[in-house]
Amino acid sequence: MSVKDRVTRIIADQAMMETAEVTPDKTLEDLGIDSLGLVESIFAIEEEFDIQVPFNANNPEESDFDISSVAAIVAAVESLVDQQSA
Amino acid sequence: MNRVVITGQGTINAIGGSVSETQEAMREGRCGIGPLDIRDVDRLAIKIGGQVLGYDPEAHFNRQQIALYDRFTQFTLIAAKEAITQSGLSFTGELAAQSGVVLGTAGGGMQTSDENYRSVYEDGKNRVHPFVVPKLMNNAACSHVCMNYNLKGPSFTVATACASSNHAMGQAFHMIRGGAAKVIITGGSESMLCFGGVKAWEGLRVMSRDACRPFSANRNGMVQGEGAAIFVFEDYDHARARGADILAEVIGFAMTSDAADIVMPSKQGASRAIAGAVRDAGVALEDVGYINAHGTGTAANDKTECAAVADVFGAHADKLMMSSTKSMHGHVIGGTGAIELLACTMALRDGVIAPTIGYEEPDPECALDVVPNVARDAKVDVVLSNAFAFGGLNAVLALRRH
Repeated sequence: MSVKDRVTRIIADQAMMETAEVTPDKTLEDLGIDSLGLVESIFAIEEEFDIQVPFNANNPEESDFDISSVAAIVAAVESLVDQQSA
Repeated sequence: MNRVVITGQGTINAIGGSVSETQEAMREGRCGIGPLDIRDVDRLAIKIGGQVLGYDPEAHFNRQQIALYDRFTQFTLIAAKEAITQSGLSFTGELAAQSGVVLGTAGGGMQTSDENYRSVYEDGKNRVHPFVVPKLMNNAACSHVCMNYNLKGPSFTVATACASSNHAMGQAFHMIRGGAAKVIITGGSESMLCFGGVKAWEGLRVMSRDACRPFSANRNGMVQGEGAAIFVFEDYDHARARGADILAEVIGFAMTSDAADIVMPSKQGASRAIAGAVRDAGVALEDVGYINAHGTGTAANDKTECAAVADVFGAHADKLMMSSTKSMHGHVIGGTGAIELLACTMALRDGVIAPTIGYEEPDPECALDVVPNVARDAKVDVVLSNAFAFGGLNAVLALRRH
């Protein structure tokens, strides 16, 4: 499975939706994922890829981890996987 | 209804081993937050805390007591000794039967749990010390205060996360006001600065890696502390009859539940608790001169708390002072409201308002007078102490100068 598919599955699990509904343009708000759900998703991503995600729930917009859409999260995880396996 | 006064107070926390040391640190705006000195700190992402450094149990307790007292119980007993000594009370006969202990803690004997989980899981041991259960139970501290001072009346422990000690002190107030007790030893204690305790908080990603800066635009989270504060709440007529030195009067208390979210605070829930405490105290909103804020330094709490205060007080919100001493001693979780009540008694008795230290940048969403960085001399007559817990359980106390 690609990084995109694995991240999408994690987000879909959190949103309690089918993966097909979790399209790249969707925001977390669209998917009904609140701040606690986000923290849980990030934990699942860290466990899945064995990476550290730089994320502070106090100021998500200032973290070096773009959560503005599903596509942005996938891109951010891809970049972390590349960096942290390098 | 009986009036309720405070006739003793005691503490041990990151900024002081007594009330005088703690209040001096609050006057000077001294920060007790620094690098954690605990086992496996290298495996933590969060490496700071408001720890009681240089603490030597053997200076306070004998070997048998140390074997039976978790660190949170030790802190409680040290603070209780200072408070009860100051009150001048001794508990015998009828007074003993009419006096009890109501304490708050969130984690109870977490150091004991941490050490013993290590022992059985990490070290693979199959035998634990016989006192693990009596050490770790949340009511251990309460029961040891009862046993040490012969307190035989209503006694129990309250656990409402970050509001535990405010809920405890509110119950103490209600029991004396309603006539169920003459004296209640009350307050709270917490000692979660162990590997498992800090690691659990790390998971929520609301912890700061560098400092607790409540209400400052560049705040980035909370910092955990540890310690205890204990007060002697006494029936006013009883205190007056024996010529006790009265530190402050407790005049109101309110508690509410948000019924909304397990971690996010609610402006409505906080507002209802603040307004309820003022109403219960029977004072006007304009009488409130100082609020000891919950002020955790998280984005969510500080914005919500300021909005709640602005809602309740209207134009008077710009005239009152509100500071968070968590910037100095850290967030002492179940013991935090008790330690923060020391800033309230200092404001009422000494006319000194403790500052919010670490304040660097104004935040338009927290545009109240947060007494930034430097303590202030001001005469105040009525003060509030806020506590808003995870789980949406809020508890606000009101005190008056005596």
